[in-house]
Amino acid sequence: MGRPWLIARLVLRDLRHRPGQAVLMLLAITAATATLTLGLALNGVTASPYLRTQAATNGADVTASVFPSGTSGARPADLAALTPLASAAGVTAASGPFPVAFATLRADGHAVPVQAQGRDQSAAAVDQPLVTQGTWVRPGQVVLERTFARAVGVAVGGTVTLDGRPFRVAGLAVTAAVPEYPGVCYYMTCNSPAGQAEESGMGLAWLTAAGARSLATPAAPLSYVLNLRLRDPAAATAFAAAHGPVAVTGPGSPSGPALLTWQQVQDADNDLVSVAQRVLAPGSWIAIALAVASVAVLAGGRMTEQRRRVGRLKAAGGGPSLVVVILLAEHLLIALVAATAGLGAGWLVAPALSSGGTGLLGAPGLPALSPGTVGLVMAVALGVTLAATLVPAVRAARTSTVRALADAARPPRRRALLLTVSAWLPVPLLLGVRLIARRQRRAVLGAASTAVTVMGVVAVMAAHRDADVATARFNWFAGLPDPVFGRVSQVMAVLTVVLVALAAVNVIIAGWATAVDARQPSALARALGGSRGQVSAGLSVAQVLPAVPGAVLGMPLGVLLFAAANGTGQVLVPPASWLTALLLGTLTAVAVLTFIPSLMTARTAVAPLLQAETFG
Amino acid sequence: MTLLSARGLRKAYGRGDALVRAVDDVSLDVEPGETVAIMGPSGCGKSTLLHLLGGLDRPDAGTITLDGRQVDQLGERGLARMRRDAVGFVFQAFHLMDELTAVENVELPALLAGRSPRAARRHALELLARTGLADRARFLPSALSGGQRQRVAVARALVSDPVIVLADEPTGNLDSAATLEVLRLFDDLHAAGQTLVIVTHDSRIAATADRLITMRDGAFIDETRLTGGTSGSLARLAGLDG
Repeated sequence: MGRPWLIARLVLRDLRHRPGQAVLMLLAITAATATLTLGLALNGVTASPYLRTQAATNGADVTASVFPSGTSGARPADLAALTPLASAAGVTAASGPFPVAFATLRADGHAVPVQAQGRDQSAAAVDQPLVTQGTWVRPGQVVLERTFARAVGVAVGGTVTLDGRPFRVAGLAVTAAVPEYPGVCYYMTCNSPAGQAEESGMGLAWLTAAGARSLATPAAPLSYVLNLRLRDPAAATAFAAAHGPVAVTGPGSPSGPALLTWQQVQDADNDLVSVAQRVLAPGSWIAIALAVASVAVLAGGRMTEQRRRVGRLKAAGGGPSLVVVILLAEHLLIALVAATAGLGAGWLVAPALSSGGTGLLGAPGLPALSPGTVGLVMAVALGVTLAATLVPAVRAARTSTVRALADAARPPRRRALLLTVSAWLPVPLLLGVRLIARRQRRAVLGAASTAVTVMGVVAVMAAHRDADVATARFNWFAGLPDPVFGRVSQVMAVLTVVLVALAAVNVIIAGWATAVDARQPSALARALGGSRGQVSAGLSVAQVLPAVPGAVLGMPLGVLLFAAANGTGQVLVPPASWLTALLLGTLTAVAVLTFIPSLMTARTAVAPLLQAETFG
Repeated sequence: MTLLSARGLRKAYGRGDALVRAVDDVSLDVEPGETVAIMGPSGCGKSTLLHLLGGLDRPDAGTITLDGRQVDQLGERGLARMRRDAVGFVFQAFHLMDELTAVENVELPALLAGRSPRAARRHALELLARTGLADRARFLPSALSGGQRQRVAVARALVSDPVIVLADEPTGNLDSAATLEVLRLFDDLHAAGQTLVIVTHDSRIAATADRLITMRDGAFIDETRLTGGTSGSLARLAGLDG
């Protein structure tokens, strides 16, 4: 029991002795694991609200639609094609066929295309939309799908027009038979005369069957929809495949009605969540890359700081293996706590990004964390930490006891060209460049960290730019905010905060590690006449200079990341003014964040540092 | 005219029962061209005194005048300028930058002072030649002996043409042969009129000075003017000639 107890005591004492570094490392790993947890926890979170809505509305397992056909759409829909489906094998109940008209709804200054379903005033056996506010359809009145009504800004009691005819809004309702706004035509089941562009922002309205028929014109005849309940809902896909083209193959197919299964509707309702996942997936790996950089620099810096402690441990009889175990245990303990915190944070934040909109009943609530998710997050946290700390720990353990006791730094690298060039630079640059030359790997890590952060931010910028361009060109949502992009923006904001926070932690850690490593050279520079300001500026320069190529490299990488992540391969470069602002902002942020550790190092008393014994 | 004058210098560390008076009411005058040795046991405050005189640390009380200018009230920038232009330091631990060659180490203070790299390099090479290390100018410290390293450090202390060189146990890390090398160098500096204050606990080095001050518990307890100074046989005086 002696050895584990001793290790535990030494680990805990050291963590208590240097809480600041432990907290920084904790923050870095927590942020990365929280992002990863968030991405993993969103799997299937909308399942329960959809099923709840389906149960409350006697939702259809399959809906079948027929549309007008012909080049101008003037040939009436083949209503007879729906009749055999109502009595097909496996069907236990049906409602409809209901007439469907495509009209333009005007309200609150907006003109939005809608699919207007004509319904009976009595409840339907299958897919009776659940009125959540107000009442069900009556003559001269309309019920709007809840998400759509909120997007347009219409409330119960208000008035809208459909193709110029006024209707009073009787109520708001939800359904599981049609995807919620803006996914009503997600599978192109609308076949509206206006074409696909307008279908992207189409809303859903219910009115009386007579009201729907009155909206039809010779140029835009009615479509029809039949709702079916199956004995085996799980067989919906097979049923649809057997009885007609699945809706995604295109509407109005001459080969028969377009069929839409409940699973497809559920997927469409999950669009907001899945788009969040698509953004979070690369985002969480970027966050992990940044966390690796944080932990690597932090571990290296901690080892530098602990040289003398290692020497004392070895002088007291501790072997290299004990030193490795203690140093690793310390970091792995932090990683374990951070992974737990990250799991908790990701799990708690998930509901904010998992609501599928208001078209379903109830919130998804806190997602269940599967053992797989917990295991993966823990493995990533521990793996990242082990990868970043093993080499410095082994190196520290193999340092000679005498060197370690003398606190002798690892001999710095000599880069003759950099040293020669630096002689011609102003003093802060001279000091900064020489610090970079001493520890080039740290500078490379700093540049990589900046590149990864800028890459993430540029990808976010490209996504915003993409949305601006699309909005300006297509006006898919009739001037209304794009809910999908709204969710993407929300996720990207969270991701940007995580990336920037991680990058900030990285800069602080790298600044601190450089300051620790540069204590003696800095003290010497001051003893030889360098001022505090020059030394402090030199330390900042050592961080800012590597950030320049990092930021510049991160920009094309960000453009490529967006092209890879958006699924179309589209290359979109954000405006030059945005990129310039990002470059200047990044360098300013690095300078500001490194200023404090630099200043602290420059303020340290010179004399005690120069009294240290030399070695060799 | 006195080059360096200190009056009533005090410096204490800690508080209460742990209070240590490292320098306790010390006064000192150093004339131009004089070599002053300060001796005493470890922890008597001699290094602290040297740091106060060179502006590496600030006194709690007392005044310091260097080359006619009161320096104890200087701000951080003023002290940096003083260290850059007027003071040269030689440390026991050499404090050479491991990644810089001998000549690059020597020219560093001149670069920090804003001199042109060419002028700094020329002067650094001259000083290395003067310290007998012309053929070692491109060597890294790790390739030099202890004595050679300390001679590089002395050359570095001289590169800004300081009015005074402060040496803190300059032979403390050296063997006898290396000690002799360094002593010879100081002897040359003394002969050239360089003002030196050397802190040491080695009586052989003290014997080469014009004046020997003994410290104990932060205060001067004895002061002796040495007539032999460095004019005699250095090796004999230092007891290094066997």
